Amino acid sequence: MSRPTPLSNRIEHWLPRLVLAPSLLVVLVAVYLFICWTGWISLSSSMIVPKYDFVGLNQYVRLWSTPRWHTAVFNLFVFSTLFLALTTGLGLLMAILLDQKIRVEGTLRAIFLYPMALSFIVTGTAWKWILNPALGVQKVINELGWTSFVFDWIAQPTFAIYCVVIAAVWQSTGFAMAIFLAGLRGIDNSVIKAAQIEGASLPRIYRTIVVPMLRPAFLSVIVLLSYIAIKSFDLILALTNTGPGSATEMPSTFMYSATFRRDQMGVGAASAMMMLMTVAAIIVPYLYSELKESRDGH
Amino acid sequence: MATNAASLATSSTPLATNARSFRRQHRIGRAVIYGSLFFMAAFYLMPLWVMITTSVKHLDEIYAGSFIGLPQQISFDAWRTAWSEACNGTACKGLKPYFINSLLLTIPAVIMSTGIGAINGYVITKWRFPGSNVIFGLLLFGCFLPFQAVILPMAQTLGILGLAGSLPGLVLVHTVYGIAFTTLFFRNYFVSIPDELVRAAKIDGAGFIRIFVSIMLPAALPIIVVSCIWQFTQIWNDYLFGASFTAGENAPITVALNNIVNVSMGRKEYNVDMAAAMIAALPTLFVYVVAGRYFVRGLTAGAVKG
Repeated sequence: MSRPTPLSNRIEHWLPRLVLAPSLLVVLVAVYLFICWTGWISLSSSMIVPKYDFVGLNQYVRLWSTPRWHTAVFNLFVFSTLFLALTTGLGLLMAILLDQKIRVEGTLRAIFLYPMALSFIVTGTAWKWILNPALGVQKVINELGWTSFVFDWIAQPTFAIYCVVIAAVWQSTGFAMAIFLAGLRGIDNSVIKAAQIEGASLPRIYRTIVVPMLRPAFLSVIVLLSYIAIKSFDLILALTNTGPGSATEMPSTFMYSATFRRDQMGVGAASAMMMLMTVAAIIVPYLYSELKESRDGH
Repeated sequence: MATNAASLATSSTPLATNARSFRRQHRIGRAVIYGSLFFMAAFYLMPLWVMITTSVKHLDEIYAGSFIGLPQQISFDAWRTAWSEACNGTACKGLKPYFINSLLLTIPAVIMSTGIGAINGYVITKWRFPGSNVIFGLLLFGCFLPFQAVILPMAQTLGILGLAGSLPGLVLVHTVYGIAFTTLFFRNYFVSIPDELVRAAKIDGAGFIRIFVSIMLPAALPIIVVSCIWQFTQIWNDYLFGASFTAGENAPITVALNNIVNVSMGRKEYNVDMAAAMIAALPTLFVYVVAGRYFVRGLTAGAVKG
């Protein structure tokens, strides 16, 4: 059979690729080439403007000998641990409670989730006001009669980071709840019914049967929340502006101020590469397993 | 579930007392569940309540120490100040010009990134070719890129393109980094549309564009809404790009809000701060209230695979 290939057919054959090509090109440049570019700046002696010489790992050495960066890494560790634990725990609790055939479930879900629609700048502004020791929560409790009550974490270098945790947990719990709830709805009810007939109590059924079945949801929640934690930037600027002093400095804010405020572009680029490597170490295996599973599933 | 357990207990134990204790336990359990849910709901609503009430109070009342209570007198002066007079360090024009900036940059960026995502998702699912999965994988990492890793080169590139500090530059940036997520949305959605539909259309002589316009797009309405809402929320709420790539007049609303709140001259006007925060929050809150269902779908799309 001879197959004539008129021009239109050949165009049809190449059209899908041609249509996808610009996006691919843009992503290759704006994501992958730019990452290499940042990597290159991190190996140069750039200060105020990029300079394309080569000084080896000097900027990384400088970065790791900067006390401010140590504060940032330590804060990220404290923040992520608490943020992940509280958000996951509270989100799971909310999802389980909401799954008990609650009459006003829709309204409650909407209330738990609305903070996710807000900008972190708005959240930071609101919580800065609430945590303000002179006029906020502390004052309310003092006026209720408990005059010795002190809640001035936001002004305390050691405790300010916990204020960031409170605001971040408030903003993101709804997100964890939504994923857990979707997971719970996917579980076959007959398993729970069977366990009930055997006489198991509800808390025990959840602990030993339901929660272990939520493993994929746990994975998603933890990975996505870690990503949120590492890149959190605007919340800190709006809530504490990395203060008091530099007590709530985080890698993201460090990168920004080193690059745009302190004319240490090379150090800034090095810190950006450290952030990227941390995110990649978490996200790449996750994406790989997600893609592999979905391919197996089809 | 719990109701079943109670009725089951009644039928299998003839002792009425046993059943009654079961029912009492059940009722206590329900009370605890509702109690904790309402307590948490109160905690989640508290900041919104504080923001709204503070924004309509007089400054004297605020300094006199009414934090959580209802305003004695409702006044929208703070809203007016926040909208048209508040100072952000360089100018005292309120949030209005920056609100308009945010609209001007969000709308084109949402439309473009959603459109591009729709076409990408269509190609990746219905016109697979060797390597298209790899391309999808490459795009996907873009969803989780810490933007700090690309800010410096992007600033350089915008400078070369003559777009530094401008709104079109910011539109470009948001469109480019939005493609990853929008492609993911449409890819996961189009995967569930049967390939047979496309094959039948091909046999009938419909081409690449015809199939997209008359089969895929009409079916994709829900995911178009999801993508638009997600992109709108992301771009409206963005701070990092706005702060890095614009200056002064061209700043988006989040940057202006942060500047207004951080201006410290004289007596701090907390009611104006809260009104400004509410103004910045209203568009995304409105979208959330109107289309919350779609918002949640966008939110969980990063977690639920197609």
